[in-house]
Amino acid sequence: MSSSPDWGPTATPDVLRARAEMLREIRGFFAERNVLEVETPLLAAHSVTEPHLVPFETLFRPAGGGTGLQRPLFLQTSPEFAMKRLLASGLGSIYQICKAFRNEERGRLHNPEFTLLEWYRVGFGLNKLIRETEDLLHSLLTPSRPTIRSVCFDYCSLFEQQVGADPVTADFSALARAAERLGYPEAAALCAEARPVWLDFLFSQCVQPRLADWDLVFVTGFPACLPSLARTHPDNPAIVERVEVFIDGIELGNGFHELADPAEQAHRFEQDIATRRALGLHEPEEDKRLLAALEAGLPDCSGIAIGLDRLLMGILTASRIEDVLAFPVERA
Amino acid sequence: MALISTSEFKGGLKVMLDGDPCTILENEFVKPGKGQAFNRVRLRNLKTGRVVERTFKSGDTLEGADVVDTDMQYLYSDGEQWHFMAPETFEQHGADANAVGEAVKWLKEQDMCTVTLFNGSPIAVSPPNFVELTITETDPGIRGDTSGGGGKPATLETGAVVRVPLFVQTGEVIKVDTRTGEYVSRVK
Repeated sequence: MSSSPDWGPTATPDVLRARAEMLREIRGFFAERNVLEVETPLLAAHSVTEPHLVPFETLFRPAGGGTGLQRPLFLQTSPEFAMKRLLASGLGSIYQICKAFRNEERGRLHNPEFTLLEWYRVGFGLNKLIRETEDLLHSLLTPSRPTIRSVCFDYCSLFEQQVGADPVTADFSALARAAERLGYPEAAALCAEARPVWLDFLFSQCVQPRLADWDLVFVTGFPACLPSLARTHPDNPAIVERVEVFIDGIELGNGFHELADPAEQAHRFEQDIATRRALGLHEPEEDKRLLAALEAGLPDCSGIAIGLDRLLMGILTASRIEDVLAFPVERA
Repeated sequence: MALISTSEFKGGLKVMLDGDPCTILENEFVKPGKGQAFNRVRLRNLKTGRVVERTFKSGDTLEGADVVDTDMQYLYSDGEQWHFMAPETFEQHGADANAVGEAVKWLKEQDMCTVTLFNGSPIAVSPPNFVELTITETDPGIRGDTSGGGGKPATLETGAVVRVPLFVQTGEVIKVDTRTGEYVSRVK
């Protein structure tokens, strides 16, 4: 933590100027491409069902209303559901720069309130979106890092190469042996028989640190057990059309060829809720308005969300998120 | 002892890991945006001094370890145990060779040391950062001898051997930095 007094910002004035400049550049980038800036509610009736996201919950109390009129509202962990409803309404390609809130997350790279850039391109496949993301990131990073490079890797080959086991077909004992060989004997007890947890563990501990050898890395071809809201690959049901972007080995964001099938979306909600039930977590209601929007028809599109605090860290090669925030949660 | 959750892990916290008391050195929160949160923790085993890394699921707990660092005066050794006394309470503790470890070569009677107690028994001893010890044996310095960078070995009253400048002689008292094992100065 910076040594400045507790009331003062942890980021220096130069960093805060660089943040403003980054936001200006991003707005210019999308204005040039005719992508519309939108705003959606940060407080909404539903949160995502994803098992590993914990929302902040609050209560809406209409003035003079009895307790019967009160209703819970959630600070959004990302604006994706509301933005998809706008897409289904026919607005075309859109972007948003907003705060996102994730409870329980604080560390060198996490603050429970952070800034997201999320955008959706109607008519774009995943590869076209990756190229646009690359263009945006290069234009933001080049002034401070003129030699910036990017590479694209396939999740399964990268995993196999670094871990020594196939993420889709290796059985749990093979994954446990690989983890032990890499110095993680505790993995078997932590991950048990949950493949998504195994993959998160081995990827974040053993693969991700290696990605720091490149500046920008795009990883595609995620196994189907880590689908999030991506479409299943049309030619290979074992993988989904998802991309994850890393800068200096740090996760910047996730993008998808967006799932548009309401039945499949309802199924993913159910799976998430089942996982939550198994873990003894709160079981949220699925967002019926998102399902109704998909019923009405989501245009074929790809979308991606980028964490702007971490991107600014990359621009300035800062090592801690508080170095780029005016006030991290301890000073909020 | 109370159970302590990963979110409370911070440098200096003493916890039990695999039956041994450890001190936490570093705790890194690792969470893929869409995935399970982990804590990658570096700990020093207080019995062996070894540093280990271990990953936990965020929210997992470890038992706190009843470990306290106490300033105590070194009294004497009976060959098997090294005896220390807490100056306020006059309480005495015997530490075995494992607990004393490397500190043994700097222990001089009546010096104040830091003794780490685990469940009331010594598991580690840290000598003072600086000790003053008498040289029991060193070659007479020969001017012009440049081998070994101008220094020579000297054996101290505790058995420790340190490099000293050529002008320092047997019977003199010198100040040594126990963290580096290096000669600091002569003591008048």
